Amino acid sequence: MSAVIKTENLKKYYNPGEEIEVRALDGVTMEIERGEFTAIVGPSGSGKTTLLNIIGGLDHQTDGSAHIGDTEITALSDNQLIDFRLHNIGFVFQAYNLIPVLTAEENVEFIMLLQKRPKEERHQRAMELLTAVGLDDKVGNRPGELSGGQQQRVAVARALASKPQFVLADEPTANLDSQSTSDLLDIMADLNKKENITFLFSTHDQRVIDRARRIITLEDGKIISDERHER
Amino acid sequence: MLTKIAWRNVWRNTLRSSVVITSIAMGIWAGLFVISVSAGLNDQRTKDALDTYISHIQIHNPDFVKDNNVEYRIDGIENVKSVLDTTPEVKAYAERVILGGMVSSSAGGFGAKITAVVPEHEMEVSTMHTKIVEGAYFEGIKRNPIVIGKKLAEKLKIGLRKKIVITFQKDNGDIVAGAFRVAGIYKTSNAKADEASVFIRASDANRLLEECAGFHEVAILVNDLETVETTTEKLAAELSGLKVRSWRDVAPDLGYADEMMMQMLYIIIAIILLALSFGIVNTMLMAVLERKRELGMLMSVGMNKTKVFFMIVIETVFISLVGGPLGVVLGFLTVKYFGAQGIDLSIVGKGLEEFGISSTIYPNLEPNFYLNVAVMVIIAAILASIYPARKALQLKPAEAVRAI
Repeated sequence: MSAVIKTENLKKYYNPGEEIEVRALDGVTMEIERGEFTAIVGPSGSGKTTLLNIIGGLDHQTDGSAHIGDTEITALSDNQLIDFRLHNIGFVFQAYNLIPVLTAEENVEFIMLLQKRPKEERHQRAMELLTAVGLDDKVGNRPGELSGGQQQRVAVARALASKPQFVLADEPTANLDSQSTSDLLDIMADLNKKENITFLFSTHDQRVIDRARRIITLEDGKIISDERHER
Repeated sequence: MLTKIAWRNVWRNTLRSSVVITSIAMGIWAGLFVISVSAGLNDQRTKDALDTYISHIQIHNPDFVKDNNVEYRIDGIENVKSVLDTTPEVKAYAERVILGGMVSSSAGGFGAKITAVVPEHEMEVSTMHTKIVEGAYFEGIKRNPIVIGKKLAEKLKIGLRKKIVITFQKDNGDIVAGAFRVAGIYKTSNAKADEASVFIRASDANRLLEECAGFHEVAILVNDLETVETTTEKLAAELSGLKVRSWRDVAPDLGYADEMMMQMLYIIIAIILLALSFGIVNTMLMAVLERKRELGMLMSVGMNKTKVFFMIVIETVFISLVGGPLGVVLGFLTVKYFGAQGIDLSIVGKGLEEFGISSTIYPNLEPNFYLNVAVMVIIAAILASIYPARKALQLKPAEAVRAI
């Protein structure tokens, strides 16, 4: 399998060289292969969010490098990163972050609109994805008319709309009840298996950890364990 | 999609957007009405002056313009008349004898401008005959009738059919006096002018002037006010030995007020829009800060800064596109209504007369002014949106997306 994500000695220091220097990442080297279902875990302050921000092109490293496919993401400018994220990375946020004034279908189409895809293609793909996440009967509903679980499923559909190299999910189940969490994980696991979509989670949720086939544990900015599980 | 998001975002907080839209509409409405009253006031003053004393174009002996001496008569008055008769832009004209003299009664004597007219011609270029409040315009008195202003009549303590004496000088300085009887008393909106002007018949004036008889002024009305300047130039070319001037040159204060008025009106609207802009900036800043997480998400998933910027700008423009035209329409309707009905300011009528303004004001505005104001509203909205839009761009996606 080819590596979708590759980091080499990735470091992120805040206030480097000063008395109050904080080493959020202190030399993280890892490879995520295509099709992996990986959870990044660790206590608060371990560097999970920082690692995901750098991999997701939302932050810059202090040292080291990160590659997404063949692209060294850490060498891109801010404008290049915006375009790269649009075409290569899908995001699922803890707080769903759907556009409240758009319907479920319009939220999914929005990403493809930014990619300048034709209208017919946008509509077709949006319907496919919303069906895949079990919301084909809610396409015309705005986020305010959907439950938390349903909103997060729309967010998953939106993340996949751009046909990304991988999906970055930052605490996706933190605001969901048990049933919604279970439903969401089922969908994501299903998409992972059937479509070979790479998922990378940052999570404290044991239910997510229990479903992950690879668990990378961070502590004090370093990887302290990297376990694979057959599930 | 950006416009769809922006339009729907306007109505996300209906109450807040309605407040801003209403404030824009009310501000524009009030501004247009106040401006139309000012414009109407100015137009009225100009119109009254042109209708009564000045007319559209005047012709004089060039020396008379520098020094209003009785000896500077118009040479070749018949030639002037024939040129005017063959100029299609000219609607009517009237020849006048202009004298400076004294008007006296038993109560006292006052200086006055004595305008000697040919009544039937004068009635075609001036509305003075419609301003008679007592008596008639050169009717009812066969010999030496005089028409004087109400204020002057009060000062002279005379009424209809009473005798007054006017005195003036001939070319050689000889004093000429004539007894006249009051045929009519007039009242215009310009109290000061009424106080210092009397009208007699040109035939009576020239009889007294004897060998110095003649005319000093020809007052002209044109068919179309827009052609005043071009007609003035045309007549000046044909009557090269005479001074031909439009009303703007005859009464520079009126012309100046007219030129300045438009600029002043736009300045007033700009000030109103500046004030309204602060409200718009405040509202949009609140909207941006409330939507921090959403904006962070948009930038995270790949919406570039240009699109984020324009989304905020478009939303602001939409707010103004609702409020602005609403205010313009309300302003238009209000001006149209009061422009027809008039606004009765007789409670301050005496004060207005001192400035040559009648006590009923008819607000009015040029039609293109409304369009220009609508454009100014949109420009103001675009400018007001810049600061909130820049604030949105300063958000860091990674932080914003996790904002509480």
